Amino acid sequence: MRAFLRDYQMVAPQTLQDALDLMHYEPGVWKPFSGGTDLMVLLEAGRLMHKKFVSLWGLGELRGIEESPEFVTLGALTTYSEVLASPTIVNQYPLLARAAGETGGVATQNRGTLGGNIVNASPAADSPPALLAYEADLELVSAEGPRWVPYADFHTGYKTTVLAPHEIVARIRLPRRKPGWREYYRKVGTRKAQAISKVCLAAAALRDQGRIIRMRLALGSVAPAPLRCRHTEILLEGQRLSPSLVAKARQQLMAEISPIDDLRSTEMYRRRVAANLLEEFLTSP
Amino acid sequence: MPPVRVVESIGKPVPRKEGRSKVTGSATYVDDLIFPDMLHGVTVRSNIARGRITSIEFDPAVDWSEFTIVTAADIPGRNVISLILDDQPCLADTRINHPEEPVVLLAHADKHQAERARQCVRIMAEPLPAIFTIDESIQKNEVVWGDDNILKSFLLEKGDVETAMATAPIIVEGEYVTEAQEQLYIETNGMIASANPRDGVTVWGSMQCPYYVHKALAPIFGLPGGKIRVIQMATGGGFGGKEEYPSIIAAHASLLAWKSGRPVKLIYDRAEDMAATTKRHPSRTRHRTAVSRSGKLLAMDIDFTIDGGAYATLSSVVLSRGTIHAAGPYACDNVRIRSQAVATNCPPHGAFRGFGAPQSIFALERHMNHVAAAVRLPPEEIRRRNFLRPGGSTATGQVIRDEIDLNALLNRALDLSNYREKRRRYAESRKKGTVRRGIGFAAFMHGAGFTGSGERYLKSVAGVEATEDGIVRILVASTEIGQGTNTILCQIAAQALEIEYGQIEIAQPDTSNVPNSGPTVASRTCMVVGKLVESAAFGLRKKLQESGYLEPRYTPSEFRRACGAYIRDTGTLRSFSEYEAPPNVYWDDDKYRGDAYGAFAWAVYVADVSVDTVTYEVRVEDFVALQEVGRVIHPVLAAGQIEGGVAQGIGYAIHESVVWKDGRMANGQMTNYIMPTSADLPPIRVFFLENPYENGPSGAKGIGELPMDGPAPAILNAVEDAIGRPVDRIPLLPERLMEVLGV
Amino acid sequence: MFEKIFVGFEVNGVARQVETYPMARLLDVLREALSLTGVKEGCGEGECGACSVLLDGELVNSCLVPAIQMEGASIVTIEGFASGENLHPLQEAFISEGGAQCGICTPGMILACAYLLSKNPRPDDQQIRRSLSGNLCRCTGYTRIFRAVEEVAARGEP
Repeated sequence: MRAFLRDYQMVAPQTLQDALDLMHYEPGVWKPFSGGTDLMVLLEAGRLMHKKFVSLWGLGELRGIEESPEFVTLGALTTYSEVLASPTIVNQYPLLARAAGETGGVATQNRGTLGGNIVNASPAADSPPALLAYEADLELVSAEGPRWVPYADFHTGYKTTVLAPHEIVARIRLPRRKPGWREYYRKVGTRKAQAISKVCLAAAALRDQGRIIRMRLALGSVAPAPLRCRHTEILLEGQRLSPSLVAKARQQLMAEISPIDDLRSTEMYRRRVAANLLEEFLTSP
Repeated sequence: MPPVRVVESIGKPVPRKEGRSKVTGSATYVDDLIFPDMLHGVTVRSNIARGRITSIEFDPAVDWSEFTIVTAADIPGRNVISLILDDQPCLADTRINHPEEPVVLLAHADKHQAERARQCVRIMAEPLPAIFTIDESIQKNEVVWGDDNILKSFLLEKGDVETAMATAPIIVEGEYVTEAQEQLYIETNGMIASANPRDGVTVWGSMQCPYYVHKALAPIFGLPGGKIRVIQMATGGGFGGKEEYPSIIAAHASLLAWKSGRPVKLIYDRAEDMAATTKRHPSRTRHRTAVSRSGKLLAMDIDFTIDGGAYATLSSVVLSRGTIHAAGPYACDNVRIRSQAVATNCPPHGAFRGFGAPQSIFALERHMNHVAAAVRLPPEEIRRRNFLRPGGSTATGQVIRDEIDLNALLNRALDLSNYREKRRRYAESRKKGTVRRGIGFAAFMHGAGFTGSGERYLKSVAGVEATEDGIVRILVASTEIGQGTNTILCQIAAQALEIEYGQIEIAQPDTSNVPNSGPTVASRTCMVVGKLVESAAFGLRKKLQESGYLEPRYTPSEFRRACGAYIRDTGTLRSFSEYEAPPNVYWDDDKYRGDAYGAFAWAVYVADVSVDTVTYEVRVEDFVALQEVGRVIHPVLAAGQIEGGVAQGIGYAIHESVVWKDGRMANGQMTNYIMPTSADLPPIRVFFLENPYENGPSGAKGIGELPMDGPAPAILNAVEDAIGRPVDRIPLLPERLMEVLGV
Repeated sequence: MFEKIFVGFEVNGVARQVETYPMARLLDVLREALSLTGVKEGCGEGECGACSVLLDGELVNSCLVPAIQMEGASIVTIEGFASGENLHPLQEAFISEGGAQCGICTPGMILACAYLLSKNPRPDDQQIRRSLSGNLCRCTGYTRIFRAVEEVAARGEP
């Protein structure tokens, strides 16, 4: 435990409004803290630079999964375990359920939250590709009020987002979808459980009589932020599946992503396996 | 005479002696101990691999008067960690030879203050060129140790390799590489020390070998052995990683205690433990094998090199074991093994379960499959044509006296794993789909006990003492580190005395109270120390019987009463037994020939794997571990040893990779150093055969390290079966497999 | 430099209050302030599970929970399992099946097994493997830990 605890402060306001007012009063001074599964690791390594945190964990306003005719909306504090326990998510948004099940072990799933994961903005996070594939929107709130942002516009670079210093992510909204999508989620990690992703593909396709009508491809760990591969999607939309289309799509995908060498894997591996995952998805019966 | 109930402990799944304390969380590990007035210690380490220390800078913003500060200048005796060559300093003085080398020690009552202060000390040094690989060391661009970077070398010769090679019809060559592996005991290294000139030095801690620590502390303080006391606490795993390393952390804690006059607790966190402590020696083996067209081994020329890191530590012994195991369980009249341990500027490598044998056996068992392919025989057939038989001799000329039938062992393993049917079926199924299945095996042996004259040199002693209420307490320095020492030694004593397992206790290893039964290493605790416990127990009974307190036949209660009576009349009842080499065991230390080990355990392991050509991941789907072990003392504990060892072997083969950056482990977090979780492992199916070994307690041989040898070669043999290409380097990570497949 | 705070919570059914830093780890509060040393530190990064406890009935890594979030919580540690001389069925099974070797992962592992059985009284092999994947054991290869869970599940006890 390498942190000097006396340097750190955390407060736990009783209501969301209190938390937002505090962040508004001193913008950038107070950072939101939910389950701690990312930030506490940094603290223990002596690398948590920021010193003042506002705990959102007890705020009921940020919990719960709500359903309406057009949307399913999850509170930012929804844990991965809560995602897995929701029949609506498991049945209608299986990519998100798969992502939740791949995130850490059970203890991490009980404390890790979707909002925390999104704001932590790791390019290797497991849920973001699913959220991109489902074209999620985020509700960002501050003392000034709420605003909705497409999740696809949330990340602006490596660990940078459009979230203002006095804002938090309050809700994640998933549009209801027509039935008939074929979906695919595969995370390639360093081992079968408790693994940081080396490559991750969340994909969904709507087909009509052999022709691809709509295609959504989102990847993790292959760019500075979670990435929706729009060029590859466009190449595939409107086409009939064929070996040459698959080959072209592989090439396009490999060109669209920008993976790197790091402690866990190599740029070449990530590039090739991303293309393999795409091919596996396209050619699966 | 009343009927005497036969009391049998051996072979029974008695409850683990300290099991209750472990499942209730009451077992006391070193970090659970708090002493009044205790300080917390931290270690300031070098961040370069090699250089000359010019100064140590203490940030003036810190009030250093609050801290105890220790450097090499504070060492009362010799600045050395005494082990074999005495080349490793306790604290670096003028020279740095590896990253994370300890230079300064600090202590403070508040552990957060201590940690923060650690970051406020800077070791200033002029860097010198450093080397990090076996090749760099052999090429001697830089000489970083001795005159030639060579920590140790061996030449082992049998017959005439040159002539056999010259006339050989077929020669098969291969090169095999194994990388470093981290022991990753779940409890990190830690010690608490209390030390002052009047009382001497006492340490409590996580360790495998109390008397190694004892031997290392004495010269550091210039104190006689009687003033040093070492006590082992409950230890959360060792696997060799706590064989020699604890001497260093004990010395550091003691120096801080000596200087401050207060007890000092020094516990490493995971990041420090990974970066600074020992790993398994990386290795490179080159095989050149002459074989007849019918698959008979004519000559084996083996070149075995290990990377010892910056100091010699145990490299000579690791090299020895790796060398002796390099030619395996095969009959070959002409063998030459040239081996060396070379120095680099990595933190010193050290003991890890298997101790050189996993490295050389990996090479051999991969190579045997290449030899098979060269003569167009299946892998099992090349083994059959070359297996040692009773009466045959190993590479060191040791005649096999075991009634071992390796062909039968191989056949049984192949049956248990459904090898033949799977091999056929997988060859078919490989033609379609993205997952390729394969199955492979490894055949091997592992020598138990110290090599050659080692046990004679150790002169281990074990004792037993009785209490007035008839409890018999075992007195050994052999430690429980999870493998079951406490339980099996109590079973052996209970069996020898023909009393209940519940009447036996084992004393906490405390050098002021127990004799030196040798280190808890080398798969010797059951076979060698167990035998000593057995004979000490017989000696205790003999005292009771010869003095008339106990009849020739007795019940457990009568035994109790006899102890009570003897002690009331005489005072103490104790018996000690010292190691004696079995007769007819000859070993030549100079030529490295003769009976290397008292006994070998023999094994065949079979791995069934899947290779996913989408992700290049290898997964072990099923694993069979069959071994002949003399006698199974405790069925649950013995199986547990094999299961755990196989799990570590699977990690060694396909998951565990140390990423080095300028000689330092860059992935020193559990998130980035990948050991298998419960979701990663296959069913591990364990089977035992028993040919009692006459010099083992109830016939038992040692098995602690055996399971480490088989998995990696079996798995890579299976992968080659699956993909049709050779893979000769571990760990076999998906990134490497992708390259091998040439995509 | 910030002040300590008071945090009130329940451990193994007993109400406790400690004075500590808001971001002190629950792990350290238990071990140091309450002398409940059954919970262990294996990694300090939420990977090994040796620090697992139940927090409001949910399995968590106590090295990742800041003290301020413990306010009003109900925590169960390994010390809450045995009652006097009587071991919990999981504890007995760990002894009889060989689920504990060196013992350092055992408290966290037993917590994880208890949590699994509380959610799924008759788990199959895959479910056991998945549920325990956040608790690392270096000694056993997990085989006998699975057997301990199966033993208790078969007996039908919670």
